[in-house]
Amino acid sequence: MTRTASAAGAEKATGRADDGTPVLEVTDLNVVFPGSARNPDIHAVRGVSYTVRPGEVLGIVGESGSGKSVSSMAAMGLLPDYAQVTGSIRLHGEELLGLDDRAMSAKRGNAIAMVFQDPLSGLTPVYTVGDQIAEAVQVHNPKATKQEAAERAVELLELVGIPEARRRYRAFPHEFSGGMRQRVMIAIAIANDPDLIICDEPTTALDVTIQAQILEVLKTAQRETGAAIVMITHDLGVVAGFADRVQVMYAGRLVESGSVDEVFYRSRMPYTMGLHGAVPHVTTEEKRPLVPISGNPPSLADLPPGCPFSPRCPIAVDACREAEPDLLPVGAEGHAAACVRAAEIEEQGWGVADVYPVPEIPPAEAAQRPRAERETVLAVEDLVKHHPLMKGAVFKRRVGTVYAVDGISFDIAEGETLGLVGESGCGKSSTLLEILSLDRPQSGRVEVLGRASGTGTARDKFAIRRNVQVVFQDPMSSLDPRMPVFEIIAEPLRTHGFPKADLPGRVSELLELVGLDAEQASRYPQHFSGGQRQRISIARALALEPKLLILDEPVSALDVSIQAGVVNLLDELKARLGLSYLFVAHDLSVVRHIADRVAVMYLGKIVEIGGVDEVYESPAHPYTRALLSAIPVPDPRVEREREHIVLTGDLPNPASPPKGCVFHTRCPVFAALGAEEKEACLSIQPAAEPTGTGSGDHAAACHYPDRAIGS
Amino acid sequence: MTLTTEQPGEAPGRTAATGQGRWGGVLRELLRTRRAMVGILLILALVLMAWIGPLLSPWEMGERDFTAFRSGPSPEHWFGTDNTGRDVFTLTMVGLQKSIIIGLLVAVLSTAVAAVVGAFAGYFLGLTDKALMWVTDLALVLPSFLILAILYPSLKDSGWIMFVLLLAAFMWMVTAKMVRGMTISLKEREYVLAAKYMGVPAWRIIFRHIIPNMASLLIVDATINVSSAIITETSLSYFGFGVQPPDVSLGSLIALGAPQALAFWWMFAFCTGLLVVLVLAVNLIGDGLRDALDPQAKRRS
Repeated sequence: MTRTASAAGAEKATGRADDGTPVLEVTDLNVVFPGSARNPDIHAVRGVSYTVRPGEVLGIVGESGSGKSVSSMAAMGLLPDYAQVTGSIRLHGEELLGLDDRAMSAKRGNAIAMVFQDPLSGLTPVYTVGDQIAEAVQVHNPKATKQEAAERAVELLELVGIPEARRRYRAFPHEFSGGMRQRVMIAIAIANDPDLIICDEPTTALDVTIQAQILEVLKTAQRETGAAIVMITHDLGVVAGFADRVQVMYAGRLVESGSVDEVFYRSRMPYTMGLHGAVPHVTTEEKRPLVPISGNPPSLADLPPGCPFSPRCPIAVDACREAEPDLLPVGAEGHAAACVRAAEIEEQGWGVADVYPVPEIPPAEAAQRPRAERETVLAVEDLVKHHPLMKGAVFKRRVGTVYAVDGISFDIAEGETLGLVGESGCGKSSTLLEILSLDRPQSGRVEVLGRASGTGTARDKFAIRRNVQVVFQDPMSSLDPRMPVFEIIAEPLRTHGFPKADLPGRVSELLELVGLDAEQASRYPQHFSGGQRQRISIARALALEPKLLILDEPVSALDVSIQAGVVNLLDELKARLGLSYLFVAHDLSVVRHIADRVAVMYLGKIVEIGGVDEVYESPAHPYTRALLSAIPVPDPRVEREREHIVLTGDLPNPASPPKGCVFHTRCPVFAALGAEEKEACLSIQPAAEPTGTGSGDHAAACHYPDRAIGS
Repeated sequence: MTLTTEQPGEAPGRTAATGQGRWGGVLRELLRTRRAMVGILLILALVLMAWIGPLLSPWEMGERDFTAFRSGPSPEHWFGTDNTGRDVFTLTMVGLQKSIIIGLLVAVLSTAVAAVVGAFAGYFLGLTDKALMWVTDLALVLPSFLILAILYPSLKDSGWIMFVLLLAAFMWMVTAKMVRGMTISLKEREYVLAAKYMGVPAWRIIFRHIIPNMASLLIVDATINVSSAIITETSLSYFGFGVQPPDVSLGSLIALGAPQALAFWWMFAFCTGLLVVLVLAVNLIGDGLRDALDPQAKRRS
């Protein structure tokens, strides 16, 4: 970044402070998507008003369909033509609504810029990233020569932390990883020193360690340009550490707004409270059940009269159902909530626990006995899964190997939950598919209920299938859209010769077990919401009364308020039915909540394994430490005080893993070692050694597990 | 972490009230497109005409009017008569019947074969795939028209059903390849994996999960196959390799009328016109179906 540019940024910032007008002022914004044919109109945003002051970070939090993205798209003028937008959007006091596309284009990218969620589709694949940044520079500065624009692009690439910027200028988007692409998107957004950057879920598609990097880049970008940022997200953790003010949206309206501390510690709207209670914290030790918000968000096409949250609100009174409450000031200055009982909540000082009934979940019976006495449900020993990389059409030759799973070992005892965590591409899904296939592994051993996979007849395999069932991540694609729910749940029963006459009874029993109405059995999956579909998946998996349930990111596609209900259901089922879980996830907070033991995977290897409290409290491997520190905690005070370990770089290509310790390319401990000490990391892959903490089964694969990470 | 992108209209309780499945929506969408509507009406009219027409006509199929050879349309012979005094209206209607039946049967048969072959090849891959795709490629490179022309006359004693089988045998390959491709992507879907890990046998997975989920493709394809089957049948019959006398089809009628089309237009114009209308109507329905089944093709009003 040049001095001139930052000086210009500072100048702008002071200039703005002088006149005191907000950067963005949205007043009574309404967005309606007219329904086609007989479908009703969708009122996506209803009477939203807010202001963004110069240089501040405003967080907009809400679940899917709450209108948070639509309201900012309206500000950018990016909504499709058929959307009816009314109200007023002012940028520096100048009305944006009603400007034609040409006039809007002059603003977009210049005064107001946007960073989108999906870095994959944000860049044109046929131009180099440098040219795309230079283009953004030139569009708004037609006088700049090609040379100048290119120079500026290199500066910007350096600013967003792309190493060897001059060389990478000529790289194409496909040569960049997701995190790098998102950096380029940010570079484009700040190319013209905008006054406002709108970030629409900029880190949702990224892994936690990359998310931490991107948030750092955004902070740098803000420092350099002095721009105000509107941060749209569903992740309370991201907002807690990043935003100055927070707004919560529900059903197209603002339901609470105020400073971060006010909204997080003194929320006055039951929905916001519910959101806090629904998120598991990675730092809390005790296992309290999460607070699920019952029901589903209302349909924007057919809103109930009164407060849209009243059907799900535990403290709703008659007045809530009569008229929609306005966003009124409550408590400290700048804090406002749209709740009939906000004043009452303020007076009584109610917290989450006072408003929401916390469900009781009995402890599992099997978990009472010591682990060594319990039966081993699943044992994996040195499991290997290598995918060959082939080239050529007629004569295929092997050009390489993807080391998806490279010698991992763990076991799961009866009534136990093992959380398998790691970033995308670390091999956790391959592990799971390898276990589920019940075939003989390429190397190593998989034992399900004491029976080694790949031995015995097809009949034996079929018998084992009863005991191992799976729940997948995506509630949209895990249920056959062409079958009614009854058929879906009956399928495993039919396959395993369940008596036909008892089918209806068993299916209703299962539906009730997962908290659904048995009468809904004749409907199709598309008539259910995401959370309900995931419950149907669980019912199907439980139909044969399995011993082991393999859960592949079962809640990561769900909204937080729904996620809490499903997590509680899993907790409860485990206790009632004595199940064991293999819980694969990238969300460490959920794993902390649900798992008894946890295994951390990196590039096809388990780098650390142990009891969940030991691993989270005293992580030994630098990767685990970085991973834990990268997760944003939904608690502003904690988040401000925490020291983040930000890993550099991306996950190496699993087809050519680094020699020696696979983590050394990104390892902060390694970077601080002396040349002789580095030798071990460069040549020898460390074996999992007990760390000596806890009950003795906590192990980490690191040569120097005791070294502190210098920040 | 991704968020569910739920359509607001999907919320439970709302859709229950209308109680219509996906097919209800498709039907409504189909009826709303004017092209498809025209197609359906045309087909209905043609079917009614083909089966009720001969009953209304005073002339029987084989009957000859020795008082009128090659006479033009008149109140007695609505479409005129041919060289041997047969009533062209009755002939055309019977020929239309045959063409419609052959078209439908061939389309249904070939699509079914394509679905099964493609799904098995795509699901199992490996050797099964190699073997099935080798057969498919072989059938694809054979000059089907020529083979039909050579083969059918020697089999003609077995009647037009054999003709249908032969036609279907040369029409399934392209669809089979498409089905194979779709199966390869469908078999990675989580509900298929779930069924597999439940222990559901492969053939059951194919028939319960894979083929039903390609229904939209198959239906569109079958519809389009109807028109190409009719065209092939007609052209084969035109050259005399198809439907054999005493049976008639639109093709054999066109063959009969074509040489004298200028002098005695009624022997050519009616059967050709009906053929054009029939194929057009089928194609209109096919297009409409494709639009109705593909949510991406939907335009906003």
